[in-house]
Amino acid sequence: MGQVSSAAPVEITRPDAEEQTFAVPEPDVPWITLVHNDPVNLMSYVTYVFQSYFGYSKEKATKLMMDVHHKGRAVVSSGSREEMERDVQAMHGYGLWATLQQDRK
Amino acid sequence: MPGHFEPIPGGGAAVALDEVEISIIRSLAVQLLELIGPGEEPAGDDGDPLAELFAEGPSEPPADPVLKRLLPDAYGGPGSEGSLERADELRAYSAEFRRFTENDLRARKRDDALTVIRSLDALTVAGEGGAVLKLSADDSRSWLGSLNDLRLAIGARLDVTDEEDTDILYRLPDTDPRKPMVMAYLWLGGLQETLVETLLP
Repeated sequence: MGQVSSAAPVEITRPDAEEQTFAVPEPDVPWITLVHNDPVNLMSYVTYVFQSYFGYSKEKATKLMMDVHHKGRAVVSSGSREEMERDVQAMHGYGLWATLQQDRK
Repeated sequence: MPGHFEPIPGGGAAVALDEVEISIIRSLAVQLLELIGPGEEPAGDDGDPLAELFAEGPSEPPADPVLKRLLPDAYGGPGSEGSLERADELRAYSAEFRRFTENDLRARKRDDALTVIRSLDALTVAGEGGAVLKLSADDSRSWLGSLNDLRLAIGARLDVTDEEDTDILYRLPDTDPRKPMVMAYLWLGGLQETLVETLLP
């Protein structure tokens, strides 16, 4: 069992010994958080979430929301796998449909 | 201001609700609570106080389509389709993520729904006039989350999966059995939309 540093599950991805098979194949490639379009979430609400969670400007949040709406998905953040899991968890908390993946470009 | 939240000067939001509206929101929030399920039992005197911290959630996605929408997979999704091997890998990642996060996610949704129920129960309904619900900024955020959960739940029940589905729902004849649920869905959308506006900087 890992150390208890905080009640929040911030270290959820630290691999235990038997989980080394989950090793990241390309460690240099950053991870991204994707938010997918769904017809239920209101456009104003999605913009609000991007502003209040990520601290994005109204312009940036609105642009990302429009990308989700028109292109089906948008990359809303990028970074380490741990950071992206945190962002995805937060998006699910808000009820947005989000996934993370390695940025394959 | 029926059906519309308005900002309260200094923070928070208010909306006038009649008795029927109060009972509809309350009943939907209770149904949502039942769907999400109870939390972990608190550790007793002889229990390990840290046990709750390390309690693991489920690793399989829920079978119910509503719960599946409220508690989605973290890996995979549209655009990530690939080999069978890759699909297995994504499922394993999602299972791992779910085990460590689903309990917290359920707890948050439960807390938001409880906030909704408690604030409705605190209202004094004055006859036909209904009551004015006044929310603090904190409670507004809980309400916003729960209104969204309720709309996701109803949307999943009504099988709203693309924009066209929404258009069809708008044009349902009055005789359609889905009509009352659709009316609730649209009404909650109006409440949520106006509540978001009070929270935007």
